[in-house]
Amino acid sequence: MSDVMLQGRLNAWLLKPWVKPLCWLLCAVPFVALVVAAAADALGANPAERLIRETGEWALRFLWLTLLITPLREAAGLHGVLRLRRPLGVTAFVYAALHFLAYAWLDQGLVLPDIVADVFKRNFILAGMLALLLMLPLALTSFNAAIRKLGGRRWQMLHKLVYAVALLGLLHFYWKMSAKNDVGEVMVYAVLLAVLLGWRVMRRGGILAALRVR
Amino acid sequence: MSFIRTSHHILHPDSGHTLAEHEVTPRGVYEDRRSLLKGLAAGVAGVGLLGAAEALAQPGGAPGLVKRPGKLAALPAARSTVAGAYVMDKLTPHEDVTTYNNFYEFGTGKADPAENAHTLKPRPWTLVIDGEVNRPQRLGLDDLLKLAPMEERIYRMRCVEGWSMVIPWLGYSLSHLIRRAEPNSKAKFVEFVTLADAKQMPGLRSSVLDWPYVEGLRLDEAMHPLTLMAFGLYGEVLPNQNGAPLRLVVPWKYGFKSAKSIVRIRLLDKPNTPSWVKAGPQEYGYFSNVNPKVDHPRWSQATERRIGEGGLFAPRRPTLMFNGYEAQVGQIYAGMDLKRNF
Repeated sequence: MSDVMLQGRLNAWLLKPWVKPLCWLLCAVPFVALVVAAAADALGANPAERLIRETGEWALRFLWLTLLITPLREAAGLHGVLRLRRPLGVTAFVYAALHFLAYAWLDQGLVLPDIVADVFKRNFILAGMLALLLMLPLALTSFNAAIRKLGGRRWQMLHKLVYAVALLGLLHFYWKMSAKNDVGEVMVYAVLLAVLLGWRVMRRGGILAALRVR
Repeated sequence: MSFIRTSHHILHPDSGHTLAEHEVTPRGVYEDRRSLLKGLAAGVAGVGLLGAAEALAQPGGAPGLVKRPGKLAALPAARSTVAGAYVMDKLTPHEDVTTYNNFYEFGTGKADPAENAHTLKPRPWTLVIDGEVNRPQRLGLDDLLKLAPMEERIYRMRCVEGWSMVIPWLGYSLSHLIRRAEPNSKAKFVEFVTLADAKQMPGLRSSVLDWPYVEGLRLDEAMHPLTLMAFGLYGEVLPNQNGAPLRLVVPWKYGFKSAKSIVRIRLLDKPNTPSWVKAGPQEYGYFSNVNPKVDHPRWSQATERRIGEGGLFAPRRPTLMFNGYEAQVGQIYAGMDLKRNF
């Protein structure tokens, strides 16, 4: 089968009506798995720490997948994947929100003054908090009416924020893990993000060009 | 006082300034040192006497020891009479104690040591005690096990990462071991060197720390009766992932001070640079005493999560000064600025 044929088939497959619901379903799998494991007391010796860490890592994974859509579309010619960008992006936000909720609840007992003090005292939490706050406008404008209301250009401009979110998320992860020199996994995320963002810079011909709305 | 060389300075990690020894060593301690050393020579440490006297005041006879899970060889022991050696907190389940570990020689994940440490060979084992001592020692494991009566002690263990456990250890005070080597008058600090054998320890392939892992204590800390040379836990010899065949347990300090799988104890006239101080001098200090008022730069140390207690939504518990051992060890830091000497 030639590349063009494969491309055509994949695109046709991506346009099938059940693909998007399936994507949403798959996005929920880690969440369901974590809830089931928590209920079965199968999260190990420190379940709270595990929940906080896993939700954070899934937020990064879905964010990285969201950033993979454009390269797949342009470099691999898979136009159909664009339909999956919204579910993936919204899922990244949901896991980031769950990550914050798990921290605020399990680590800080939902005591607001403690949370606020902790966020401003610790650089790595501040970086994560900023990433989450920057994701909020993106999540809130992730429906068709918002795009119509903002206009495509302004909506696109706003959603360039995703690059800042990814860099802050990575910094947050690095700062946390480097406290115990445990940065092996962080480096994998860093290399993947460098490829995802580097591809854009190369393709558009510079950082500013990559940030420009076309 | 003449033998205290106030001229030599302790390098304070990365802050560019040095500490005179009298800043690090509280007056009482270095004034007591002469008598401590006399006590050492006589085979009885001053602090040891104090501990024994306090122990007499403790209630209770000799109830049954903690039940062993039957997974490894039994290590018979008697209940310790050292003051503070038996905390009343509920024990952390054996499963958690042996599957949630920081032992970077076997990987950085908490489950890695339990998975990978089967390659460690705890026998034969040799411990060397040397440096500023009159009688350097080279001891095999069987000699070490017979060197002093084996005691059971139930200690809190507080990790710098903000979690804690309650563990029934088996062992005896490190002072028994050090005394045997007869520290000389220059000995003021102790270095602990742990095994670094790439054949037995897959984690050594990573450069996450500078191997071998080393730790350090001031001599008076090392001679404190609560400072334990542990050979077992839960009634049995140490599982490999917990630092077999012998490890340090210093219950009032963050867990990383309690070096695992020790091969060498060196008496020194000045402090060594422990591995975590070398890796992150802004974040890890020489003393690393548990202190809820001195935060780690990346997280608060005010509270801790007790492993195995109350499930997911159990609130964190407040961290206690010196991990709850202030009555026993507070005086050895009297007059010391614990914020600066973190």
